[in-house]
Amino acid sequence: MSNRVLMKGNEAFAEAAVQAGCKYFFGYPITPQNEIPEYMSRRLPEVGGVYLQAESEVAGINMIFGAAGTGHRVLISSSSPGISLMSEGISYIAAAELPCVIINVMRGGPGLGGILPAQSDYFQATKGGGHGDYRLLVLAPGNLQEATEFIMMAFDLAEFYRNPVMILTDGFMGQMMEAVEFKKVKLDYDIPDVKEWAIGYMAERGKRALIKSLSLDPEVLEQHNQELQKKYRLMVEKEVRFESVGVEDAEIVIAAYGTTSRIAKSAIKRLREQGIKAGIIRPQSLYPFPYKAFSDLPNSVKRVLVVEMSCGQMVEDVELGVSGKVPVSFYGRCGGMAPSVDEIEEAAKNALG
Amino acid sequence: MPEVKIFERPKSMTDVSTHYCPGCTHGIVHRLVAEVIDELGIQEKTVGVAPVGCAVLLYNYINTDMYEAAHGRAPAVATGCKRVRPDLTVFTYQGDGDLASIGAAEIVHAANRGENITVIFINNAIYGMTGGQMAPTTLINQKTTTCPFGRDPKVNGYPIRVAEMLATLQAPGYIARVTVARPKYVIKAKEAIKKAFQTQIDGKGFSLVEVLSTCPTNWGMRPVEALKWLEENMIPYYPLGEFKLPN
Amino acid sequence: MPKGRIEVLEEKCKSCGLCVEACPNKVLKISEHINSKGYRPAEQYKDGCVACKMCAMMCPDVAIEVYRIES
Repeated sequence: MSNRVLMKGNEAFAEAAVQAGCKYFFGYPITPQNEIPEYMSRRLPEVGGVYLQAESEVAGINMIFGAAGTGHRVLISSSSPGISLMSEGISYIAAAELPCVIINVMRGGPGLGGILPAQSDYFQATKGGGHGDYRLLVLAPGNLQEATEFIMMAFDLAEFYRNPVMILTDGFMGQMMEAVEFKKVKLDYDIPDVKEWAIGYMAERGKRALIKSLSLDPEVLEQHNQELQKKYRLMVEKEVRFESVGVEDAEIVIAAYGTTSRIAKSAIKRLREQGIKAGIIRPQSLYPFPYKAFSDLPNSVKRVLVVEMSCGQMVEDVELGVSGKVPVSFYGRCGGMAPSVDEIEEAAKNALG
Repeated sequence: MPEVKIFERPKSMTDVSTHYCPGCTHGIVHRLVAEVIDELGIQEKTVGVAPVGCAVLLYNYINTDMYEAAHGRAPAVATGCKRVRPDLTVFTYQGDGDLASIGAAEIVHAANRGENITVIFINNAIYGMTGGQMAPTTLINQKTTTCPFGRDPKVNGYPIRVAEMLATLQAPGYIARVTVARPKYVIKAKEAIKKAFQTQIDGKGFSLVEVLSTCPTNWGMRPVEALKWLEENMIPYYPLGEFKLPN
Repeated sequence: MPKGRIEVLEEKCKSCGLCVEACPNKVLKISEHINSKGYRPAEQYKDGCVACKMCAMMCPDVAIEVYRIES
């Protein structure tokens, strides 16, 4: 019997977390991800877990800090403005080296913005958000099946690196329905036993746990930062993920992630039918970013076109990767608008001149 | 002549000198919390959540599992921990900025949900760590660095009575206000703190003990003078007592 | 009347004076000498301690140990 189920994205995300052994969810309603807390409120009691609706995203991320400190798998989800509210807490979680998974179902911004999908939180996820020298491991699934697999993997990654992992999706993915199959995804990583550092094992360990981020001595704080940087360098070494299709003989390479990549793939099919050799590099990890995929472009490539549902954020990383080898163009829609297949086809032709 | 030691440092308290100012009542309250933890025999099953404020280094003084929370967020951190590990005894220790200003939402909702945690609330009517600014609990006409002419209710409203405010909620189990201004009050403060922890252990809901405290340095007074100021000015506005009792 | 004595852990004392104020028999005072941090520690300077522990209860630095003298 097939285990494929037709599910709404948000619910599939939530179920993937449950399948990965996540029993604790703290979140707050915000469009377009409300189905995640709603699903969790029904599902977690079934697996002996706890669903708690926090009074705000600020409270929610701090509940995650508390829950993550016990070593158990925890999830929080939100959308763009809510992620802004969580930024302080995310910085604290990264600083205290706690594992957790955060799902951002992006919507139009800035400010209250709109409720329709966007990809304008790329900078927030990969470069900023909270204060200080920390990084999130950021995964950007391209479809719901991949999302379920990335989410399951994210819990292992979070525990291995003792760092928050962010799943960057958008409102399309959250709201659409597709068939998914929940496959057991387990990374073959040597994950440290949480009892070595978590709260609640003082008797077993013989000493208490201290989950903190303050270091008043600058030498100590610098040392701590260097330990964190070592972690991020390991992520850069091991966790780059991207998909490359039709690039080997391409004259134009489109760079896009998430929902935009699906629209771009349709445009590429059309371009190929017209004799234009188009390919796609689809980053699946946004941090660490697949710079090498862009610096290793074959000589046939004359141009790169970055397409985002934003005013241009990932394009800067693509430019860094391309390093001036070929010109990089950008096409974007924002405010909740999505580029159509026609528009991307047109933009690619314009880019080639 | 043989003698018996009848008072010494509690086991759950570390043997270090604190960074607190001479005469700061944090030291008294830390000791009371440690004594209660010892008497209840829960040191290895207790988790503290340190605030942002002078007591940010609480973890250097009390030897239990500890989190250091972001400013105001301790009740949320405690909630996250307690919901996953209800077998642990979870307490927060917060000042008036942490609890009543930036953390106002978090404390109200933790109390309203009846989170089975214990909150020790240090009310000294001022922001100590950052140099003596006005707190939500600063008294009318009291001078601080950010109300140098005295707190004016027309500009900054009135001091918040946190214990009474939270006691209007249905869920909390035990809410009390005590002080440490004299030995007789210290004895009662310890009883209240023990009752609060017992409320949690008995699963009877959210408990909070507001402790009227001094900040001699930022009040510009000597420690003994500060205790007198507390008795004469704070107790009349913030009455001592128990505002909610467990069922 | 029980007899007692107190011992001030001088290196922990910050000279705040809360113990001196609290002692009902006024057997404590701030001494003349200084500890390594420059504070003048409190001391029991005369008999009359009844081991009531009030000084120790008020001490924010847990710098006082109290002994009851058995007769």
